[in-house]
Parts: sequence; C-alpha cells; structure tokens
Amino acid sequence: MRNFDYVAPTSLTEAVQAFGQAGDKARALAGGTDIIDQIRIGRRTPELLIDTKRVPEMMVFEGDGAGGLRIGAALPLYRVRDDANVQATYPALATASGLVGAVQIQNRATLGGNVGNAAPSGDTIPPLVVLGSTVVIAGPRGTREEPVENIFAGPGQMTIAPDECLVEFRVPAPKANSSSYYVRFIPRAEMDIAVVGVGVSLTLNGGGQIEDVNISLASVAPTPVRATDAENVLRGETLTAALAREAGEQAEHHASPISDVRGSADYRRELTKVLTRRAVAACAAQLGVNVT
Amino acid sequence: MTTTNRRIVQFTVNGNSVEVAITPRQTLLEVVRDELGLTGAKEGCSNGNCGSCTIEVDGVTINSCCALGVEMDGREVNTIEGLAPGNDLHPIQKAYMNNGGFQCGICTPGFILSTDHLLKMIPNPTEEEIRLHLAGNLCRCTGYDKIVRSVQAAAEDMNS
Repeated sequence: MRNFDYVAPTSLTEAVQAFGQAGDKARALAGGTDIIDQIRIGRRTPELLIDTKRVPEMMVFEGDGAGGLRIGAALPLYRVRDDANVQATYPALATASGLVGAVQIQNRATLGGNVGNAAPSGDTIPPLVVLGSTVVIAGPRGTREEPVENIFAGPGQMTIAPDECLVEFRVPAPKANSSSYYVRFIPRAEMDIAVVGVGVSLTLNGGGQIEDVNISLASVAPTPVRATDAENVLRGETLTAALAREAGEQAEHHASPISDVRGSADYRRELTKVLTRRAVAACAAQLGVNVT
Repeated sequence: MTTTNRRIVQFTVNGNSVEVAITPRQTLLEVVRDELGLTGAKEGCSNGNCGSCTIEVDGVTINSCCALGVEMDGREVNTIEGLAPGNDLHPIQKAYMNNGGFQCGICTPGFILSTDHLLKMIPNPTEEEIRLHLAGNLCRCTGYDKIVRSVQAAAEDMNS
C-alpha cells in the first residue's frame, strides 16, 4: 500500500484544524472498511488519514434532550443495530445498520462512512432521510447542520467542502403513532449491495388516516431521492392495498436508474414499485394497520 | 510527509502489552503477522470480504486487513493465539476438530474467532443465526455444513 500520514485528533477543535489545513489531501478514517481498500487499490490517494474515532463528538451516542437521538459519525454500526431504543423507536435505521456488510464490517463501519461515501445504494441513507435526520458538519468557517437529504450531489459526491467533516447525525423524536421501515432487494440472502432500497416513515392520526409520510429510494438515481409523488397520494388517506399499490406506481416517477451488473434499469423501475408498495404496507402493519 | 514515518504504537495483544514502531500504511494484519509473529490470522481477499484475517479489537471482531496498526494505540487486541492459554484448546477449537469443521484450514482462525464472538452474544444460536453471523467468513473448501455443526457442538459443550 502506498504511504500516507496519519493523525488521531482527540478533540473536535483539533479535528477541524486537521481537516482545514489538509483540505482535499486528507480523508477521514472512521471504520476504514472502504478507505483502506480504496488506498490499497489506488482508487484514492490521500496524503493524510484523519482518524475520527478519538473525537468525543464523533463517537457520541445519546439522547438529544428532546426525545431524539445523537449518533456520532464515527460510531460503529453494530452499536446502532443492537440498541434497544433504536430498534423500538427508529426500526428502519436499526434494520439498515444490520444490512451493511457482514458482522465484522458492522463492527467497524459507521454512519459517517456510509453517508460520506455518498453511494446511491447506501443502506442507512433512506432511513436517515425519512426520519428527518440532520447532520452536523464542522469546518474552518464554522459548524452547520444540514438535512441529510440535502448533502448529496451525485454518486460519491457530497455538497460539503473538502476541508469540512461530518461530526454527528441528529435523528428527531418521532411523532406519536408513527413508525419506519427499510427494505432492499438483493439477489441473494445476505452480503450484497442494494439493487433497490426503499425507506418509509409513516404517521397515523387518531382516525387512522395517514397524517404524514416520507419515502426515500436508494439505488435508482445518482443520489438517494424522495418519492414525493408517492407521498402525496398517501397523505390524508386511509391506507388500502390499492392505495399502497398506487403509491408504488407513483414512486416510479422518481426512479431514473442505470443498468449495471446488479440489475437493468427496467428491473429497477419495477422493483421500485414493488418495494415501495411492500414498505408502505409493512410500515403500516407495524402500526397495527394490515392491508395485505 | 516523510517516507519512513514510523511511530511507536502501544497496545495489548492477547493480554500482553506490546510496543511496535510501524508506519501508517501497515495494516493491523501485517502488524500482528510481520511485527509480532502471530501468523494465525490469514490474508485472504485483502478487502474485507473473506474474514480470514478476523481479529478481535476491544471486544468485537473486525477484518484486520481493513484496519491500520497505528489505530490500535491503547486498544485491546485478541488473536486466535490467545483464545486458549498455553497449549490448551478452547472448547470452540475442540468442537471444530471433533466435527471436521475445517479442511485446508486457512479460514479456520477467522471462523473460530467469529464463533467466539457469536457465542458471547448469543450462547444458544439457531442455525439461521449461526449462518448469518458467520456470513463474513468464507470457506473456499465449502465446508460450511460441518462448520455449522461445529458451532452447535461448541455451544452445547459450553452451555453444559
């Protein structure tokens, strides 16, 4: 492997300085499950790796004081996967955290890495988006908080500057009577990258109608996308099997997939319909509403 | 950047404190094998797919080919060599031997450490849980069925 330098800042101030000085010559090293392989095969050639695992803010895992959650960008995914509160309150996020690679990968890989790679297929991204999560970004010009939905510019591209870094994710407290669900399709049982992934969050009102719904699609466009047409046909309605099917049809409007080794564009469009229908139904079922 | 940017890194390996002078580009796998002479962990795919290099760091299994030695400062590292004291065998190692849980043996140290991690989390796993938890370990001889039987035998032995 080609040589590079390594620093392990122990405070956010030190980390911001390191990223600020090195700019695009540096990459963050959190779980390392992608960056180390990328360096080995020559796909990336950073001069400096900045280990973010000793920065307390980047390892935080606690309530936000308002019923929501703070998850450090360098916290290993198994902590999210195994947390009883995440499983109960943010099921889509717990599910997705348990789908990224194998156990050894989940023991190292992080939300910051899964989001920061900006792969259209990142499994944790649709759950974060439908849960209304934000990400705290720090840099030489200060700290800002952005909706996760807004930080993707294209495959492998984020809207954050090279001298900035991801610090933590903030997942707000879900509204009463709401739930979330993530489903992906892969051609085998485990250990693969999503051909299509769909995240749904759903809130029902006292009358059982859909008060609010968010749907996010993975692997069907250059970035993760919201399926707003599908959301619009659901909002205010009582869910039926026919309506879940219609939501799937509407979700396809937002799919502009490519054909690749994992599936053709046509196949991905079809999967978008099917998985959206299933995800909406499964999410409603978690709230006691069964339509299939 | 210097071309020989070695630094001193201290951590524990199998309970013993060690100190190595290493460069950032040395993976944890290279450090335990080449600097510490612990050759149980194997290099298979070199990209985090096969699990032959599985090592435990701070209580969880990782692919040591996708970790750097310099990250280990102050951490607790355990390899297959430390699973049982001296020349003794751990019940998991005995179970793999008694059930033919390996053929060529390259993947075995990784499988055994993944089994140890599994049984610490789930002492009585179902077959499905075993297969899911070991999905990050590949056996090119395809001896999976006997590996699953070995894990079941180890669980039974350790719970009795």
